[in-house]
Amino acid sequence: MLELTQQLINGLSLGAIYALIALGYTMVYGIIKLINFAHGEIMMVGAYVGFFSISILGTHIIVAMLFAMIACAIFGVIIEKIAYRPLRSATRIAALITAIGVSLLLQYTTIFFLTPQQRIFPATAFVTQDYVVWGLSISNKDIFIFISAIILMIILQYIIRRTKTGKAMRAVSLDRDAAVLMGISVDRTISITFAIGSALAAAAGVMVGIYYNTINPLMGIIPGLKAFVAAVLGGIGIVPGAMVGGFLMGILETLVSGYGNSLYRDAVAFGVLILILIIKPTGLFGKNTGEKV
Amino acid sequence: MKIFNNKISQFIMRVLVLVLIFTIVQYLIASGSVSRFYEISLTSMCINVILAVSLSLINGFTGQLSLGHAGFMAVGAYVSVVLTNYYELPFIVGLLGGCLGAAIAGFIIGVPTLRLKGDYLAIATLGFGEIIRVLLQNIDYVGGPAGISGIAKMTNWAWLFGSVVLTIVVIQNIINSSYGRAIISIREDEIASEVMGVNTTNYKVLAFVVGAMFAGLAGGLYGHYFYIIKPETFNFLKSFDILVMVVLGGLGSTTGAIIAAVFITVLTAALQAYPAVRMIIYALILIIVMIYRPQGLMGNKEITMKTFGRIWSGRK
Repeated sequence: MLELTQQLINGLSLGAIYALIALGYTMVYGIIKLINFAHGEIMMVGAYVGFFSISILGTHIIVAMLFAMIACAIFGVIIEKIAYRPLRSATRIAALITAIGVSLLLQYTTIFFLTPQQRIFPATAFVTQDYVVWGLSISNKDIFIFISAIILMIILQYIIRRTKTGKAMRAVSLDRDAAVLMGISVDRTISITFAIGSALAAAAGVMVGIYYNTINPLMGIIPGLKAFVAAVLGGIGIVPGAMVGGFLMGILETLVSGYGNSLYRDAVAFGVLILILIIKPTGLFGKNTGEKV
Repeated sequence: MKIFNNKISQFIMRVLVLVLIFTIVQYLIASGSVSRFYEISLTSMCINVILAVSLSLINGFTGQLSLGHAGFMAVGAYVSVVLTNYYELPFIVGLLGGCLGAAIAGFIIGVPTLRLKGDYLAIATLGFGEIIRVLLQNIDYVGGPAGISGIAKMTNWAWLFGSVVLTIVVIQNIINSSYGRAIISIREDEIASEVMGVNTTNYKVLAFVVGAMFAGLAGGLYGHYFYIIKPETFNFLKSFDILVMVVLGGLGSTTGAIIAAVFITVLTAALQAYPAVRMIIYALILIIVMIYRPQGLMGNKEITMKTFGRIWSGRK
C-alpha cells in the first residue's frame, strides 16, 4: 500500500507536466480543429530558453520559467501566423501535414544550431531535497512542479471563465461564424489561444528539464505524443478533460514503470489511446455529437 | 479492331521499355561501371518507390491519412529475415512471408482503426506503428533493440526491379478497377459513397491491407540488402519520410509518388553528410507545398504513355 501511494505521488508531478502540455493541445484543437503536432517542439524550445536563461543569465528558476513562457508565447503566435493561418480554409489533413512539417523543422533547426547532444540542466538551478513524510519520500522538485502547474491551471481557468478574452475564446470554439457576426476578432482570439497554449508548454518544458535533468532537441516528441493521448483521454477540446487526462497518464505511466516493464512505458500510452479511440472516441468528458451531412 | 490493336501495341511498348531499362542497368552493374554509392542509392530508390506507391494507395487514393507505414515495413523486414536467416528458406519464400506478415498486421490494425476519421486515424496509426517498434525492441528472439545483423545479401537489381514493377502494376490495376472507383469515391466523399451503397469499411481495409503488404515487400528487400535491421530504423520518422514523398508527389497520383520518391532519394544521397540540413529541407518542402499547393506537385494527374505521345506529336 505504501509503495502504491509512493508511485501515485511520483505520478502526480509527471501528470502535472502532461496536463500542462495537454492543455495547449486541447485549446488549439478546440478553436481551430487542428492537432498541433509542433506543440511538443514548442515545449522543447521552452526548455532551451529556460536552460540558457539559467546557465547564461544565471536567473532564478521561476524567472527562467517566465522568460520561457514569454518567449514561447511570441513564438507560438509567429508559427500560427506563418504556417497555420494560410491554411485556415484548407482541408484538415493539409493543416495536419503542415503541423508535422513545423514539428520537424523545429527539431532539426535546433539540432543544426545547438547540436543534437544532451545538455544537463544546471544542478544549481534547483537543489533537490527529499523529505520523508509517513514513510513516503517526497522530493521538493515534485512539490515545485505540482504546485506551479496547479497555479498555472487556476490562472488558465480564470482567464477562460472570467475574462472577456476567455469568453471570446469559448465563443470562437463554439461557432466561429457566429462569433464573427458578434464582432469578435477571430484572428486575434486564435493568436491569444496559441500564445496561452505555448506559454503553458514552455512552463512544462522547464519542468521536464527539472524532472529529467537533461534536455535535447528531440525531447518534445514523446512527451508531446503522450500529452496528446492525455488530451484525447479527457476529450479533446475540453479544458478540464485535458487536466484529468494528463494526471491519469502520468500516474499510469509511473505505475507501468514501477510494477511492469519500463520499456513498455511508451507502448502503454499508445495502447490507451487506441482503446479510447475505439471505445469512446470523444474521451471521458466528451459528449456524442451526431454527424451532419 | 483499332482499339484492340492499340491496346496490344501499347502493352508491347510498355514491356519493351521495361526490358530495355532493366537490361541497361543490369549491364551497367554487371560491367562494374556503377560504383557502390550509386548502387546503394539505386536500391534505396527502388525501395522508396515501393513504399511511396503503396502509401499513396492509402493516403492519396483512399484519403485515409496513415502515419504507421514504417511499422508494416518493419514487420515485413523482420518476418522475411527470420524466415531466410533462422529457417534458411529461399529468398522468395522470405519475401512472400514478409508480405503476408505485413498484410496480416495491416488487417489487424486496419479493422479497428479505420472506423476513425482524419486526424484521429493519423494518430492511431502512428500509435500502432510505434507499438510495433516497441514490441520488436522487447522480443529477444529477434535481437531486441540491437536487431538482427549478418543477414545474407540477397536483394539485387533483378529482385528490386521486379518488385517495383509488380507493385506499380498491381496498385495501378486496383485503382483502375471498380475497386479503385469505390476507393476514390471514399476519398471524395465518404458519406455520399456510403449512401450510394459502397461498403466503405471493406474498401478502406482492402486498401490498407494491400498498402501494408507492399510495405512489407519493401521491408524484406531492405533487410536483405543492408545486412542489418533494427527496430530504431522503422520509427515514425521513417513513416514521415514516406509521407513526404506521397504529399510532395500529389495525393492521388502514382507517377507523382514515383517521381517524388526518386527525387527524395537523390536529395537524401546528396545531403548524406548533413542529416540535419536534409531534415530541415524536408520540413520546409512539407510546409511550403501544403501552403502553396496542397494537392501536391502532380495533383491527381498521371504521366502516361499518352502524355509522351501528346508531347511527341505536339498536341495539347
